[in-house]
Amino acid sequence: MTALRPDLAVIAANVAPGSRVLDIGCGDGALMAALRDGKQVDARGMELDPHDVAECVAKGLSVMQGDADSDLIDYPDAAFDYAILSQTLQTTKRPDKVLDELLRVGRQAFVSFPNFGHWRVRASLLWNGRMPVTRLLPIAWYETPNIHHVTVSDFRDLVEAKHLTVEGAWFLSGDKRISDAAASWRAEHAVFLLSR
Amino acid sequence: MADAEALLAQSHVLEHAAPLALDGGQALTGVRVAYETYGTLNADKSNAVIIFHALTGDQCVASPHPITGKPGWWVRMVGPGKPIDTDRFFIICANVLGGCYGTTGPASLGPDGQPYAMRFPVITIRDMVRAQVGILDALGIEQLHAVVGGSMGGMQALSFAANWPERTRAALVIASTARHTAQNIAFHEVGRQAIMADPKWKGGDYYAGGKGPDKGLAVARMAAHITYLSEEGMHEKFGRKLQDRTEKTFGFDADFQVESYLRHQGLSFTDRFDANSYLYITRAMDYFDLAEEVAGGEGGGRLADAFRASKARFCLVSFDTDWLYPTAESRTIAHALNAAGAPVSFVELSAPFGHDSFLLDVPALDRVIAGFLKQ
Repeated sequence: MTALRPDLAVIAANVAPGSRVLDIGCGDGALMAALRDGKQVDARGMELDPHDVAECVAKGLSVMQGDADSDLIDYPDAAFDYAILSQTLQTTKRPDKVLDELLRVGRQAFVSFPNFGHWRVRASLLWNGRMPVTRLLPIAWYETPNIHHVTVSDFRDLVEAKHLTVEGAWFLSGDKRISDAAASWRAEHAVFLLSR
Repeated sequence: MADAEALLAQSHVLEHAAPLALDGGQALTGVRVAYETYGTLNADKSNAVIIFHALTGDQCVASPHPITGKPGWWVRMVGPGKPIDTDRFFIICANVLGGCYGTTGPASLGPDGQPYAMRFPVITIRDMVRAQVGILDALGIEQLHAVVGGSMGGMQALSFAANWPERTRAALVIASTARHTAQNIAFHEVGRQAIMADPKWKGGDYYAGGKGPDKGLAVARMAAHITYLSEEGMHEKFGRKLQDRTEKTFGFDADFQVESYLRHQGLSFTDRFDANSYLYITRAMDYFDLAEEVAGGEGGGRLADAFRASKARFCLVSFDTDWLYPTAESRTIAHALNAAGAPVSFVELSAPFGHDSFLLDVPALDRVIAGFLKQ
């Protein structure tokens, strides 16, 4: 088995064994398969791309083709122990509403996103005056699916405004952990575990 | 089709010893169910898969058709190493109740030695499934690895999973619906009226003297066939091209290729299908409403309740060009299964062939089916 993407590895390490999980934007199902095989997790997925859904079905995973912006509404309240949204928040139309839905269908929610406050991004904008194209945000502004760029500080503000509890936060540069203090400018990637 | 010939098909007939109690309240005695099997049933009888056929299909899913000689209707999907792998699974495919290929239907002889014709009781999708569950009992198969079906076959797969929840571990439903809509019923009614308007239909009593209502049946098939295709597919295939001529005749010959094609489809259908069977099977589909069926009352019931007792895995597949059973119908089923907490996958595949996509070359479908059944 190939190693999980660093943010997914953090999530996988912190999901309780035997729990019920909904992975929204689950891609080819790598995290779900790891949770199922390693932790006996009952994992369900949602994914927009039919090729990825087919890939998941081929892995024996239960995945619904659907859109985080519109289709979470079909899930009952508290149906899952965890709702997971990895590298997808910044592609949704209304990240704040998606966050509400995550904590409606899940008792807790893992949210991971690329940090737009990373120093490379800041430097690129500052020195070049152009929208940054980085390792984690590799697509030019006109064709990127990321329509709501967010920084660690922005996300903390949203969490506070919504009176959510941060149960855990992990900040990564590559696959290395970054201290909370330096996260806002040094983290390429953030993972939050939230509850209401 | 070398591997289709190499595939060993076994033909069987199940004779129901007891009368089959039908949803309509009647009981049918002496029911026979003709079915084919492919592959080998393993020692603990855990590798059986039932494939349910669509409206005008038959039990010859992967073996040559007895009348037309054409390869099986799903030979691209069923065989050694294929998505529904006969090296691994024991495949059962039966002709439905009300059909015309060896299973008891309106053309069969009743207790008085005369064809049932319109005396045949009106049947439901669940009645069709009920007749086939008898095969499992006869073979001593307690639980299937999976039930699989497209279109009307998908309705049977849903009915099976809802009504015999202990008897399958998985259900794969392709291009189907949990209930017939007014539009679905309307198209079927056009077909039935075409058959009944044919003077040779004779109230259904046409078996004794020569030809039946072939013209009506052909029109029914032509109308239905349009609903199986997509507008894009039809346009691509035919456009407004003329058939065997360079100018319009200003008459009512089949000037356009699409007319000629439909006439051919209609006529060739009459060689292989019984008009009364068409009436009864389309009626069964029109009556299908899984939520209502499980609730036991008309117009009532939550679809999610239909799956409460099921522990099966489900997979639903729709096609983006299918307007007969569009994606929304599959989504409705998927949501109900979600609400019932069932493990369910749903995917809309892109294919140009409309409703017929499930029978045609759509590689993504092969992958989904193989992957889902592998577990």
